[in-house]
Amino acid sequence: MAADVSVEGVRKSYGDVVAVDTVDLTVGDGEFFTLLGPSGSGKTTTLRIIAGFEHPDVGRVTLGGEDITNEPPYSRDVNTVFQDYALFPHMTVADNVGYGLKVKGVGRANRKRQVEEVLRMVRLDGYGGRRPVQLSGGQRQRVALARSIVNRPKVLLLDEPLGALDLKLRQEMQVFLKSLQRELGMTFLYVTHDQEEALTMSDHVAVFNEGKIEQVGSPNEVYERPATEFVAGFVGTSNILERDGKRFSVRPERIELNGNGEPGVVVDVIFVGAYTRILVDTDAGDRLTVVRQNDGSGVEPGTRVHVGWRDEDAYEVTPQHTLEQEVR
Amino acid sequence: MAERLDRAQGLGGNRAGARRRLGGALWRRPRLKGASLLSPPVLAFVLVYVAALVALFVSSLWTVDSFTGLTIHSWTLDNFRELWHGAAYHTVAVRTILIAAAVTVTDAIIAFPFAYFMARLAGPRLRAVLFVLVLLPLWASYLARVYAWQLILNSDGLLNWSLGKLGLPAANLAYTNTAMWIVFSYIWLPFMILPVYAALERIPHSYIEASRDLGAKSGRTLRSVILPLALPGIVAGSIFTFSLTLGDYITPVLVGGTSSQFIGNVVYDSVNGAGNLPFGAAFAVVPVLVMGAYLLVARRLGAFEAL
Repeated sequence: MAADVSVEGVRKSYGDVVAVDTVDLTVGDGEFFTLLGPSGSGKTTTLRIIAGFEHPDVGRVTLGGEDITNEPPYSRDVNTVFQDYALFPHMTVADNVGYGLKVKGVGRANRKRQVEEVLRMVRLDGYGGRRPVQLSGGQRQRVALARSIVNRPKVLLLDEPLGALDLKLRQEMQVFLKSLQRELGMTFLYVTHDQEEALTMSDHVAVFNEGKIEQVGSPNEVYERPATEFVAGFVGTSNILERDGKRFSVRPERIELNGNGEPGVVVDVIFVGAYTRILVDTDAGDRLTVVRQNDGSGVEPGTRVHVGWRDEDAYEVTPQHTLEQEVR
Repeated sequence: MAERLDRAQGLGGNRAGARRRLGGALWRRPRLKGASLLSPPVLAFVLVYVAALVALFVSSLWTVDSFTGLTIHSWTLDNFRELWHGAAYHTVAVRTILIAAAVTVTDAIIAFPFAYFMARLAGPRLRAVLFVLVLLPLWASYLARVYAWQLILNSDGLLNWSLGKLGLPAANLAYTNTAMWIVFSYIWLPFMILPVYAALERIPHSYIEASRDLGAKSGRTLRSVILPLALPGIVAGSIFTFSLTLGDYITPVLVGGTSSQFIGNVVYDSVNGAGNLPFGAAFAVVPVLVMGAYLLVARRLGAFEAL
């Protein structure tokens, strides 16, 4: 059975606030697909519509070609990993993980075996008898993961599952999630506001802004060829330049300091560790961010430079708020 | 630096210093802080509550000389022996406990859906209105409310009048155990609604979503997630409704019949009527023991585990 998800013309508003504004999305079978965007951009609402917790005002959701728009959450073959994990505090880890199987009427012995297997998969073997309160944040996160994947859903929905973890653990979990997804061959639909997380793990990324999708593409496409000014600014750092009435995005690491381009002056040099961020004011009046590997060569503020980049590193982007400008 | 400031402001160096030393001591020793917070209420608790309870137990072991009416201060289990063998006392105790249990179950059944609606479905404004409605009866005197029920349940009261208007036969509930059950259930209902509401309100919505997400329909979610997590609230409420009914003696007099005596009524009669305080004390020990047993059972059932 195919486990592809499609969201067609979905719109959802709460009173006057439009949370999701006509979103179209196709997620392929077995993909790691990320919905990326700032808070309030509609990514979580879209996920909740797919899970069945919200009903769209218009549009439809299909799973493996079947329309599930009007199905309640309990009859959809998807499972969710919640941001706050939502582990049942009155049950042991094993009971939490086995809950979905128990509800489906899987027998005790079979259930026990499957729970143990999945706990081993998330490296929590031997923790079945504990209560959620006795676990660390990272362990709880893995229990939540185990509780969802034990049901072998067609699609696993993950709502900012790593948001509460510290940086180091988050990076470990990113690698782990990606390998788990490959191992299971399960479709993962992942919501995050962390662009690095999205780029690291995904096969495809949909960038959300104000209830709409700005761009869908592979991490590489989204980063290297941002379609809009918003994507250029939200995914990584970008310099937006206006030339001949058109707007271009140039990534800081693609700018040459001693090229034969526009003249300017270094105004600030910021040491960030592995690299240095250099701010340059061009004589034309733009401020550019340039990133240099720390190779030992220092640049002092006040130095005159000539910034330059290859033509193919400057991408034309759709200006932000085009719509509003058109209306005006 | 602080000392210099104190001096500059003309503060008595000694007093400020002592205050600072005290503050420092409390900061360094959280136990000391806890002890100083707890000792006044604990002292009051021991003096008023425990002392009264001990007095009750002690006096229940005394007897009264049937000729002189004077209390004999010697240890004996005679009172308890009399209770154990007296069939009439059994009837009263069993009636009291059964009605208290019936009231508790009734209140739990009524309170749960109401509290659920308040906690999970009502908007903030409607919730405030419902809160006021729940608490409003508590502002009226207990006696006034029981008398109001007398007017409703009397043979020519509001209930029979309404039934008559509907062409139904009259229900003669006045002065029966049923009347007591209805009135107690009404009077103690807020004490069940509030803790159940508090427990339900504390359940994060994501637990319910997670349960539904994992394939559970409403009934299953209620049984496996909501009820177990609301159980501490239900038990807390039941402790109120059960113990308040167990100890009451006014409602049985006002709406109960001649054969509706509660333990409290027997205690009242033996102290104020027969002048036998030790026997009254002995019978009053019974609800205390029942309550203790009830709490133990509740703990066994895991009612306090989700706290």
